[in-house]
Amino acid sequence: MRHKISLSIILLLFWLLNSGHYNYLILALGAASIAIVVLIAHRMDVVDHESQTIHLSLEYPRFGLWLIKEIVVANLTVVKHIWLGNKTITPTVKVIKASQTTDVGKVIYANSITLTPGTVALGLVNDEIMVHALIQENIESLESGDMDSRVSKLEQSW
Amino acid sequence: MEGVLSLLSAFFLLIGSFLCLSGGVGILRFPDFYTRMHAAGVTDTLAATMILIGLMLQNPEMLVIIKLILILLMTLFISPAASHALGQAAALNNLPPLVDLHIKDLESASASGDKTSKS
Amino acid sequence: MVIAATLAILVAMILAVIRAAAGPSLYDRILAVNMFGTKTVLLISLLGFVMGRPEFLDIAMVYALINFISVIGVLRLSDAFNSKHNGQVADLVKRVP
Repeated sequence: MRHKISLSIILLLFWLLNSGHYNYLILALGAASIAIVVLIAHRMDVVDHESQTIHLSLEYPRFGLWLIKEIVVANLTVVKHIWLGNKTITPTVKVIKASQTTDVGKVIYANSITLTPGTVALGLVNDEIMVHALIQENIESLESGDMDSRVSKLEQSW
Repeated sequence: MEGVLSLLSAFFLLIGSFLCLSGGVGILRFPDFYTRMHAAGVTDTLAATMILIGLMLQNPEMLVIIKLILILLMTLFISPAASHALGQAAALNNLPPLVDLHIKDLESASASGDKTSKS
Repeated sequence: MVIAATLAILVAMILAVIRAAAGPSLYDRILAVNMFGTKTVLLISLLGFVMGRPEFLDIAMVYALINFISVIGVLRLSDAFNSKHNGQVADLVKRVP
């Protein structure tokens, strides 16, 4: 139930921020659409602790900042290799282990891998993630487990 | 104050444009599908962020800034999902990845030989 | 500067269209179309500022969502029509050395 309430609040904020018109007709239409969306989501059975991560913690902003830093560094590396040409890249495919226990944790890890350019998660089975990397150093830095341990820490802080 | 803001905005837009062009060149230049995916990733993440931040600094109106932040968040949430779905579909349909152009060590060399001969 | 950024994005979109026309495999084309779509979102936002009409941002937001759904839809279609499809991610992981 509380997940549905949090979904309604998020949709309400989304509507109010995007609309900009606040007369009765528009607000009534907004309330009706929110009700329909929550009803459809209820029938599809997708509203649970996985889609509504209301168990927020202080680790989220720290992880986000670290991820932004990683994304900037990875972008600069990829752009450098784009301009240096094909001779400098060493594409690699490898399976790496994910140490997270919950599904949400694994998905956050795989998404973080994909979000940093230079590494793309191609498949996720149980605790193994198949990763394609533009250069070999990217795979090595993933195998060193820095990102993995950070996501695990995020997971344990729930 | 105005001058500083517009200068900063121009700076961010310039970096964003350069990254966009780099991504476009990369998608033409890289040798196979999986490597091109990384080039597209550059334009999806940092280039979009830079251009949208540049636009945010152009306009101090609150509603516009909120909408730009929403677009940025949507891009950042959607792009890994789309590229993961794309990569997984390609791998499942046996599109062979080009592994290690310039063979550095024996292990990956034999792996790449395996990979291309099988498919 | 906004106009220069618009031009840069237009050039990137043209490069993506070239890749979509040339791309050897189906997935290259889908990738190029996806990139074209994300660039369109940026282009619409920039055009809103060039023309002084911030309402364009709403259209950009809707376009971002439509683009995502279209890419996923085309991928489903290609999965359904491909006969060589193994369908098992577990097999995929085993095949990697």
